[in-house]
Amino acid sequence: MATLVAASVVIFAVLDILPGNAADVMLGESATVEARQALIARLGLDQPAPLRYFAWLKGLLTGELGESVSYSVPVAELINERLVVTAPLAVMAMGLTSVFALTLGIYAASRHNRLGDVGVMGLSQLGIAIPNFWFAILLILLFAVKLQWFSAGGFPGWSEDAGGGPWPAFKALLLPALALAVVQAAILARITRSAVLDVMREDFVRTARAKGLSQRQVLWRHVLRNAFVPVLTVMGLQFANLLTGTVVIENVFSLPGLGRLVFQAIANRDLIVVRNVVMLLAAAVIVINFVVDVLYVVIDPRLKGHAA
Amino acid sequence: MSTAPLLAVTDLRVRLNTARGPAEALRGVDITLARGATLGLIGESGCGKSMTAMALMGLLPTGAEVSGSIRLNGQELVGAGEAAMCALRGDRIGMVFQEPMTALNPLHTIGDQVAEPLRLHRGMGRTTARAEALRLLDRVRLPQAAQRMDAYPHQLSGGQRQRVTIAMALACGPDLLIADEPTTALDVTIQGEILDLIHELVADSGMALLMISHDLGVMARMVTRLLVMYGGSVIESGPTDQVFAHLAHPYTRGLFAARPRLGAPRVNGRKPRLTTIPGRVPELADMPAGCPFADRCAWVVGACRAVLPAAVEVGPAHEARCIRLDAVGASS
Amino acid sequence: MSLVHRAWRHKSFAIGGVLVLLLIATALLSFVWTPYPAAELDIPNKLQLPSAAHWLGTDSLGRDIASLLIVGARNSIAVGVIAVGIGIGFGVALGLLAAARRGWVEELVMRFSDFAFAFPALLSAIMLTALYGPGLVTSIVAIGIFNVPVFARITRAAANGVWSREFVLAARACGKGATRITLDHVLPNIVAILVVQATIQFAVAILAEAALSYLGLGTQPPQPSWGRMLNEAQTLMFKAPLLAVYPGLAIALSVLGLNLMGDGLRDLMDPRLARAR
Repeated sequence: MATLVAASVVIFAVLDILPGNAADVMLGESATVEARQALIARLGLDQPAPLRYFAWLKGLLTGELGESVSYSVPVAELINERLVVTAPLAVMAMGLTSVFALTLGIYAASRHNRLGDVGVMGLSQLGIAIPNFWFAILLILLFAVKLQWFSAGGFPGWSEDAGGGPWPAFKALLLPALALAVVQAAILARITRSAVLDVMREDFVRTARAKGLSQRQVLWRHVLRNAFVPVLTVMGLQFANLLTGTVVIENVFSLPGLGRLVFQAIANRDLIVVRNVVMLLAAAVIVINFVVDVLYVVIDPRLKGHAA
Repeated sequence: MSTAPLLAVTDLRVRLNTARGPAEALRGVDITLARGATLGLIGESGCGKSMTAMALMGLLPTGAEVSGSIRLNGQELVGAGEAAMCALRGDRIGMVFQEPMTALNPLHTIGDQVAEPLRLHRGMGRTTARAEALRLLDRVRLPQAAQRMDAYPHQLSGGQRQRVTIAMALACGPDLLIADEPTTALDVTIQGEILDLIHELVADSGMALLMISHDLGVMARMVTRLLVMYGGSVIESGPTDQVFAHLAHPYTRGLFAARPRLGAPRVNGRKPRLTTIPGRVPELADMPAGCPFADRCAWVVGACRAVLPAAVEVGPAHEARCIRLDAVGASS
Repeated sequence: MSLVHRAWRHKSFAIGGVLVLLLIATALLSFVWTPYPAAELDIPNKLQLPSAAHWLGTDSLGRDIASLLIVGARNSIAVGVIAVGIGIGFGVALGLLAAARRGWVEELVMRFSDFAFAFPALLSAIMLTALYGPGLVTSIVAIGIFNVPVFARITRAAANGVWSREFVLAARACGKGATRITLDHVLPNIVAILVVQATIQFAVAILAEAALSYLGLGTQPPQPSWGRMLNEAQTLMFKAPLLAVYPGLAIALSVLGLNLMGDGLRDLMDPRLARAR
């Protein structure tokens, strides 16, 4: 909670106070005096900073986020529009990441020091080194330009009236989700592998084998749940990276999502939009981390005694 | 009723790949254990006692080469497939390890962990296994067993956790219980309780006991036959009281001499210094061809280093691997 | 066997080291020679495929791709060195301070770094560069700022480990002050960990700068930049697909090299492996 508040203060400070008068920033140097005055009046920029800050907080809580300067629509509306693209994208990417990383990581650990392990480790090194937007471009080159199975960008919309529909929308999000997933999966696979290996070295695994459990039974019943804690930590951290990644990837694929919105708003100096979206993203990260903390306690009974 | 021994180990050899090349961790170990009998393996760290136990269980590290024969109830274990070994572990052979603090899975309840071998080998359902697990925990005298069934390991003390591991090892009524230094990591006050518990359970159930320890006192209390190990070989074997009485092998003699004794008589007016055996246990890769104890032995001669001494009879069912037994015996 | 000798026998380090040396050599080479002047336009010859004249072909304005790549290496090195330098300079100082002073100072430093971690680094870098003007300098500073909490956190953890060791206790018993202990004992013992982290952050910095340049917020024309080359390549995807391959490959190889080197260094500094004769 405290982090949320602190985050909001910093966001506000950086975007509203530091660059001088926000109106100047938004309109640029060539603005006329009248236009500047009008904007200041409209946004209430002539009021002292703390008042503006609290007004903003109030708006956040009530859902009234003000109006975007460049689009002239309520920010809340804009955000809702874009969320429909970014939220499914993030979920798909996280899903793909988890599936790839967990399977590969566990596989590598079970083939420790053999070819399978070396192969996965090598692959993951490549995955980490590749810039995700380059991978995205390569995907487009292969699947859209060469094979023409997918479009090279754009989003048809979820509803069928506008020429879209669930399947076309899903297709449009698949390549972007893949691009986002690749780097994350590489990192997570390594973490998973090392977590599983660490647990396999523990004494209680030896006890389990002495009870007559086969390697596979030991893996599923004893190792995986114990290895999940560090893996979960990293997954929580990766969520923040994921959100950042959408800024770049949505640009590559021209998807009308939150990431692209932020980027365009920054380019247009539309500070109100930027402020609110960044706040939203920061809040999402904090909430996810909170959920991870709760999950820890669910998984590991040793943590129940400690205050959350 | 067959008089064949429960466990017959013949010329067991284990070769490991160490950082400095292949090394023999066990070099020709022979063990005979009758049904219901008790046997101890004693020796210092690195002599191969734990390695022997792991070889019996089939839990050696990957890359270990095993040769020789291990027969349990007539069934050959060397070369047996993993499925066959899994069927035996926990069912016909139970094992208790040294570190109770880390032997249990921290994320599973005590009840679940004790019930696991029952569900695995006896196919019991949840409720039946749970009831049986409770009975086992009572049998090992875990205080407040009923409440502890749903507790987690971190809520129990070391001694209590060891009781739990004993309960787990005995769950399916095995023919053989292997206890690898079960009390070394426990407080002195608890050690006695745990040893008494094991003794009682072994006597009541008629199962055989293989006790591994470096402590002479534990052996005196728990086992009727003793094998002294050094450098991967059994260098002396016999009834416990006979081994204690004769101290035939130089190493055995050194082990006994090294015990600190309260109230030992003064020597030359000063308190006696703790006797130690000079030198160190050689590394696996450096093990000499002949007697492994040669470099530290006070009675060593050239022939000792040539080849591993054959077992020489010292008394009824009592042997030692040494070619200088007479000289050793004469100097006592 | 000396450390350098052992290092080159380690597979990861060797491969990584070669790639990194290649990167540095290319950047240095760019000051002395490039196949063509990087900024030279040659519009009649635009979008050529690789040939004897232009080894990697030309871009939409006829510039030689190979030359652009070589000069672009300069950027990557500059970003890596300066951004990591900022991170180490401030981060290590903060971490050492936290470990030496403990108490509320440490709390403050930890809160600050936890807080900084809550902000997605790239997003904040985007914000900063957009607000204060895009360009190489701003992006380096933005990336550098986000290196500070990383180094602060690692330094503090490692320094705490050293502070609790016996020889430090002995030094304190002799009356040595905290500053002296930090400089004489703590710092030398954590250098290894910092070096490993530095190589990793170097790689991260290169990726970040590439992303910023791709978005148009990093290096500005006419300075060549691998990230921006990728952006231009994307607009020409259907006409000249090959254009997208080279800059991305350059980035990937540099990052791969640094990561492998970092992994290798970490293995080498591991005391368990060091003890093996």
